[in-house]
Amino acid sequence: MAEVLRWLGQGLVYALAAAGVGWFAQNPVWHNFPPDRARLVLALVHGGARVEACRRLSYEEIRRLPPSERRPSTCRRERRPVRVQLRLDGRILYDAWLPPTGLSGDGPSRVYAKFDVPAGAHCLLARLEDRGREDVFAWEREVTVMLPPRGRLGIDFKADKGGFLFHNLEARPGCPS
Amino acid sequence: MKRGLRKLFAAAEEVLSRVFPPAWNPLLNLGALGFFFYWIVVISGIYVYIFFDTGILQAYRSVEYMTVDQWYAAGIMRSLHRYASDGMVVVMMLHMVREWALDRCRGARWFSWVTGVPVMVMIYVSGITGYWLVWDRLAFYVALVTSEWLDAAGIFGEPIARNFLSVEHLNDRFFTLMIFLHIAVPLVALIVLWVHLQRITRPRIHPPRGLAVGVLVSLLVLALVHPATSQGPADPGRVPADLGLDWFYLPLYPFYEKLPGPVTWSASLVLLFLFLSVPWLPPMRRRRPARVDLANCNGCARCFADCPYNAITMVMRSDGRPFAREPRVDPSLCVACGLCAGACPTAMPFRRRAELSPGIDLPDATIRALRERVHAAAARLVERPRVMVFGCEPGVDLTGLGGPAVAAVTVTCAGQLPPVFVDYVLSRDLADGVVITGCAPGSCLHRFGQAWTEARLARRRDPRLRRRVPDERVRTVWAGPLGRARLEAEIAAFRRALAALGETPPVAPAPVSRAVETADG
Ligand code: HEM
Ligand code: SF4
Ligand code: SF4
Repeated sequence: MAEVLRWLGQGLVYALAAAGVGWFAQNPVWHNFPPDRARLVLALVHGGARVEACRRLSYEEIRRLPPSERRPSTCRRERRPVRVQLRLDGRILYDAWLPPTGLSGDGPSRVYAKFDVPAGAHCLLARLEDRGREDVFAWEREVTVMLPPRGRLGIDFKADKGGFLFHNLEARPGCPS
Repeated sequence: MKRGLRKLFAAAEEVLSRVFPPAWNPLLNLGALGFFFYWIVVISGIYVYIFFDTGILQAYRSVEYMTVDQWYAAGIMRSLHRYASDGMVVVMMLHMVREWALDRCRGARWFSWVTGVPVMVMIYVSGITGYWLVWDRLAFYVALVTSEWLDAAGIFGEPIARNFLSVEHLNDRFFTLMIFLHIAVPLVALIVLWVHLQRITRPRIHPPRGLAVGVLVSLLVLALVHPATSQGPADPGRVPADLGLDWFYLPLYPFYEKLPGPVTWSASLVLLFLFLSVPWLPPMRRRRPARVDLANCNGCARCFADCPYNAITMVMRSDGRPFAREPRVDPSLCVACGLCAGACPTAMPFRRRAELSPGIDLPDATIRALRERVHAAAARLVERPRVMVFGCEPGVDLTGLGGPAVAAVTVTCAGQLPPVFVDYVLSRDLADGVVITGCAPGSCLHRFGQAWTEARLARRRDPRLRRRVPDERVRTVWAGPLGRARLEAEIAAFRRALAALGETPPVAPAPVSRAVETADG
């Protein structure tokens, strides 16, 4: 009798342990995002214009360089910061000057940022300036986006593909005024 | 807190010992269970890998195929893979907390702890990359939170998280890296686990068969009743939300997700540093390591056989005496447990010489001092039947136990007591009975103190208790920190039994001239 109880006891220990493992492997559910909001993810990498255009070296300058480094022109490699601005329904969501990366400031500017906004239809204006001018944007695109609940709109930028790119969700050009 | 935990473990062990045979007690097999889960994970992992499609856009379908179409084989294997991994985390964490609570990471024992920490990190990396490979919503969440967290360190050029902006951004190369990590990291962890066990002798890496069968059967039942499933395909167009997290592997992910990078990074680094410094928190006053006295050593190697920490090696004899070898103690490995002194045949209290000095001894807790304490304690015993209790320092609190009928003598570990002391106490009529007490069963702080004591008393292991010692006058009570009441009850019962036996039988005086006790006396 005692022996049987011991076996049952062992079974109970195993059952409890297994139930605990099975339960906590997928429960409780983590409610990390409200059901009535959506997310914009801005993730872009873009190099601003060089601070200074390449220029030809004078004969004197070339002569002063060590023989192995003599070349006809020189380029300063530093880049200008890039300004990125997002406006949602006219309200500024994001506006920043992104410094160039790299030790000598010669790398592209980068940003990765998330914005949680109410789901629904919105007018999104994305602008980017890469030549260092104030209050002028070299690139801009205005779209109407339908953000479903928990939708995730990716915002990227590629100069060779025409500027801002909107991923994952439908983005119709222009906004009804 | 340590105290409380120690009591908690002792209580849980006690409860489990009511239903499990002593050897099968899961809490006494945590490290071995860790290995057992590891092997289940490896075998089931190899099986599911056969059906796994390594392309990021195909992975989900292949896992669904296993779970749905082949539920009876690959599906079960997948469940075993997941649940055994979870089980591994459970036993690893319990193992870690228990070793900490029992102070098994202090002093010279820092090594197992400090090598355990990277193992823990690697087990987590393995689990996290594993969840990544399913490429379901949870995988997407894990990928996002992990890469955003890594990006927050600012050491990678382009933000990794940008790889998950949209389907077009996903790339197979990154996914392949995860597959590689998921296989390579556990293998490295196995190597580090091997290092983890380098400083202890006879580590138990296999659970007893009964326990192994029980665990495997419960995993199988769990796999059938509640198979591991995915949580819908990953969709970069949706915020991964309302997920069933695996709280064994991902308990920190909500923090990583919600708190700013600098906070989670500094917290993680501080935590890691704290973990690594646990063996020295707070610094411990250490006894000096064991010392060999060659003049009294005959090279029998019993100390070498009994040291639980690989601290003794037998080397070429250096003093010209006609013995082949001599023990050498590595002071950096010695934890001063005293088991070696308890094993040494020259730890002979019968020796008349003032200089009772065994071949190996603890300078801060010598065998000679032990004999003096035995005499001092015996002198206070006035009420028959008299009981001499030897208790280990870490295992039981003996304060206030002594009285006119009971004397208490502490030893560093039950295993420090040479069995010939039992003979000495009884044959010199210092007491009518001897009780040896210490840590709870299977929880010896010094790993083998109980095992060696029991074997020596049962005359199964050298140095054996002399045959002339009447067994009914010797008792072991593995009381543990919670067992004070039980210890007192057992002593009372023992005294009643002794009273029934009558006075100590007169014995022939021991041959005091012999320096070395022979095995069977
Ligand atoms: C899955 C992972 C792990 C496995 C499989 C494992 C396995 C083992 C085994 C088999 C032993 C020997 C037990 C014995 O026979 O006495 C041991 C001892 C030990 N482990 Fe682990 N371990 C793991 C993780 C850890 C971690 C994460 C820590 C702490 C950070 C840790 C700390 C220790 C300590 C302090 C000892 C005792 C060493 C001694 O007695 O001096 N282990 N482990
Ligand atoms: S005291 Fe003796 S048995 Fe204990 S660790 Fe040191 S050498 Fe080994
Ligand atoms: S047990 Fe004692 S006699 Fe035997 S080798 Fe060790 S120190 Fe020498």
